[in-house]
Amino acid sequence: MKNELKILLHNGKQYIPDLRTAAIRPPFRGRPVITSEPVDIEAFAGICPVNAISTSPVSIDLGKCTFCGECAFRFPGKIHFTSDHRLATNVRERLIVKEGENIPIAVDQSAIDKRIKSVLGKSLKLRQVSAGGDNSAEFELNACGNANFDMGRHGIEFVASPRHADGVVVTGPISENMAEALEVTFKAVPEPKVFILCGVDAISGGIFAESEALNRKILNKVRIDLYIPGNPPHPLTIINGLLDLISNPEAK
Amino acid sequence: MPDNSIEPYITKNNGTVRLDSIPVFNYPVFCERVLELLGKEENHCVSYFAFPDQAGLWFIIAIADDNSGEIALLSHRMPASGTQQLESLTPRVTALHIFEREIYENYAVVFSGHPWLKPVRYAHNRADKHQVINNFPFYQIDSHELHEVGVGPVHAGIIEPGHFRFICNGENVLHLEIQLGWQHRGIEDLMLRKRSLLQRTILSESIAGDTAVGHSLAFAGLMESLSGTSVSHQLQLERALALELERIAIHVADIGALCTDVAFGLGAGIFGILRTGIINFTQSWCGNRLGKGMIRVGGTNFPFNNDLKEKLLEVLSSFESQFVELAHHTYKLPSVENRFDDIGAVTKEQMLRIGAVGMTARMANLKRDVRWSHPFAAFGEYPIEPIVLPKGDVFSRFLLRRKEIKKSIGWIRNILDTVDFGEPVNTPVADLKLQPESFAISLTEGWRGEISHCAVTDADGNLRFYKIKDPSMHNWKALELSLRNLEISDFPINNKSYNLSYCGFDL
Repeated sequence: MKNELKILLHNGKQYIPDLRTAAIRPPFRGRPVITSEPVDIEAFAGICPVNAISTSPVSIDLGKCTFCGECAFRFPGKIHFTSDHRLATNVRERLIVKEGENIPIAVDQSAIDKRIKSVLGKSLKLRQVSAGGDNSAEFELNACGNANFDMGRHGIEFVASPRHADGVVVTGPISENMAEALEVTFKAVPEPKVFILCGVDAISGGIFAESEALNRKILNKVRIDLYIPGNPPHPLTIINGLLDLISNPEAK
Repeated sequence: MPDNSIEPYITKNNGTVRLDSIPVFNYPVFCERVLELLGKEENHCVSYFAFPDQAGLWFIIAIADDNSGEIALLSHRMPASGTQQLESLTPRVTALHIFEREIYENYAVVFSGHPWLKPVRYAHNRADKHQVINNFPFYQIDSHELHEVGVGPVHAGIIEPGHFRFICNGENVLHLEIQLGWQHRGIEDLMLRKRSLLQRTILSESIAGDTAVGHSLAFAGLMESLSGTSVSHQLQLERALALELERIAIHVADIGALCTDVAFGLGAGIFGILRTGIINFTQSWCGNRLGKGMIRVGGTNFPFNNDLKEKLLEVLSSFESQFVELAHHTYKLPSVENRFDDIGAVTKEQMLRIGAVGMTARMANLKRDVRWSHPFAAFGEYPIEPIVLPKGDVFSRFLLRRKEIKKSIGWIRNILDTVDFGEPVNTPVADLKLQPESFAISLTEGWRGEISHCAVTDADGNLRFYKIKDPSMHNWKALELSLRNLEISDFPINNKSYNLSYCGFDL
């Protein structure tokens, strides 16, 4: 007992006091900003390994971006990645950052199903399904529950059974071999429920987008309540996204 | 005609050889030579695969000698016409079972005499599409006394999918079979279809996210070897540093996960927090907690510098004092010892038979460590002597992690104390010209164990074939063996104690 108290004392306070205001320092790559500096736009778009950069209008799609940062290394005056980690939104188009734009990415409160805040607002239990994931988004989802981030303080937890859950968090590009299991799992969740895509692979397929081993048909059948970009998303990106989805913005 | 008086071609880690210098044996002679080589304890099969050739299939096996650091290459061919059948080597060398199964799945080559010739991962480009993942031919025992328990693919928690089928006698497990493939996303195929070096590098980082550095380092070593690109001494040191940080971070979290499973809350909480310090350092170095973006071919975007060095020394000193204190306490705790000790023990003989590598081998007294036997990056100049433990149980898997963390910290300290990181390092290369008609092999020792990447190029220097092997390919069998005669309730702690990769296996 004495030993355990000593260990606790030596470890000190490790939790992040306020998850809503916590910041991450560079070189963390968060929300990018594209300047209006004139460059060879074709070349600029051409270096992106996942075709996340479009030329008209000049923009970068964070649903496709793997945050490798190559564009910023090669065109440092044209684009830079800020350390703004708040990237999650419920509107797919909001993930597209256009040239000259420096607007925080947010959840569109008016687009949220009304039952979500009233029923799930104070207690959100989620079932995670890894469908071809590379274990990195899964790694960070686990980290959300550790003593540093302690997402549980906001009533958000991962549970074992879809029957106990209020929604499903998908990681990975949705492999053909997992497509059925994912669908069955989501069906087992009682209403009202949320469907969340976590990580670039889940949102767009990421680097696997053209793979023939995927089956993303489920995305045509469900309403997607939250997109959480990143490769993998940082725990703060995940937690703030979830809180924006379920909590009342005025009550913050 | 194949010449049977020839000898295997001998190469080394990160070696590139002309395709036509790899000897082609008659299959019976090939078998003889392979059996002879794999009969020695210091030798093990790194990879055995087939790829389509103009005349049919070309099979290459790479056998590593841990004493000499040499890798022997042998091959045989099978024409497309005629029966696609070979006599299986598995009855005589168990370790080859998974490789023969993989070749069977991909090309419908029947290995006669193979005890369990069934698909490995239900790859999208498998030969027989009638075989589907929901209809896996599990091993069965017909008896009224026994029952089966099936778990997965979706499990209770944030964990990747796999299916575990237990055959039980009451609470006791007689047999466990693990069926994987759920995470298959076609990485090897994409490696060929994606043309740019950066795309391929990102793919290599996505083979197993918890081993992003280990796999991308194997990829970078392979590409640099195939293109004759040399990288600076300092960059090699930085890469080795990143790899050891990855090892420390995952090992410490795995010890935390073991504590969770034996309801030791203090350990579960604090080992998890200790990991945060290490991965946050990795983030302050390269912007990503898992080290994605760190390893690039020919150079780096994130050179290590003396500021980072100071910071790392600080991080390590606070980590080490807390880790040592808590790990010692955990080690001494009777309730933990009671749940770790003698649980899920495997023997060195079993590990030799299945061809175990990395941690899984070392915890059962089998000294296999690529850093030591086939050095890469900076491990030739700054060697790490592998730690081996005798017992092969859950306690050994805990203890090995504890010892390896300490060893890696010592190794990093030594580097930081002796090396000045002031020199400029190259930025990554954008494109490479690969040597035509060549074969290359690259091994690294990720925290799980030996990772191998192999590539074959065509006459124009394009990638023609790419083969990835995660250590889990060998090691999943160890978990199955551990469960024999245990209670089914001991499965979670055994599973955590190995922490094998689903995505690295499924590709």
